[in-house]
Amino acid sequence: MTGVQAAEPAAAEGSDEQEGVSLRFAPLPEHVRTARLVAVALARRAGVEDGLLDEVRLAVGEACSRAVGLHRSAAPGEPVLVRFAPPGERFRVEVTDLVTGGPVPKPDDGEGDQGLFEAGGVEADMGLAVLRGLVDDLEVETVPNGGVIRMGWPVQHPDYS
Amino acid sequence: MDLYLSTRHEGDRTVIEVGGEIDVYTAPKLREQLVDLVNQGRYHLVVDMEAVDFLDSTGLGVLVGGLKRVRAHDGSLRLVCTQERILKIFRITGLTKVFPIHQSVEEAISATD
Repeated sequence: MTGVQAAEPAAAEGSDEQEGVSLRFAPLPEHVRTARLVAVALARRAGVEDGLLDEVRLAVGEACSRAVGLHRSAAPGEPVLVRFAPPGERFRVEVTDLVTGGPVPKPDDGEGDQGLFEAGGVEADMGLAVLRGLVDDLEVETVPNGGVIRMGWPVQHPDYS
Repeated sequence: MDLYLSTRHEGDRTVIEVGGEIDVYTAPKLREQLVDLVNQGRYHLVVDMEAVDFLDSTGLGVLVGGLKRVRAHDGSLRLVCTQERILKIFRITGLTKVFPIHQSVEEAISATD
């Protein structure tokens, strides 16, 4: 299955898959809330400061909403994958979709504040606009089998217990 | 937490109190409410977001859609929001320039273009 294959290379690279937390969920809107709750719980445990937890919640939600939206239109039978890296110097999250294809707009493409919402159908990009405005440590990558959004936040006092 | 909606009319204005989470799962409920109101001829809407706990881009899309609908009838869509974490999302997306954002429902109701 394509979904499983897309997850294999990253999983094989290191021990993240064993020590971190992965969520694999059907592309349904109701699951995005679950992903947000898990993200905040893990971020708190990893030592992300309280003032950033809202940002983690929104960012992971946006990335998952985007992936769910893409899957629902193009690959409704394939799961969305969210990986939370094990505790380390940063709290790192990856959201993988199997749909993102063509060129991904870069942050410096100069999307105007107003222009974003003028054309019909451009609202789909609002999620990425929010992510880019919100998260400093953000990578949006198109890979052969889809797309990956990587995000990271500093941790203050990692709790390895 | 789910999404809670309640509406009341104040003259030609309609106040929609929204509470809970507006996200990809719940936003259709808000969209439906806004569409219903416009279909009923309510073109001056005040969306009170003071009890909103979470808002994402899907929610923003619904509000923008509502704004487009009322503007097609020379109407207005005003927001009431003083929560910094919600306002931040409007600022990030430049929507503070698109929506009139008020400090209170009273202020929004009495505002004129």
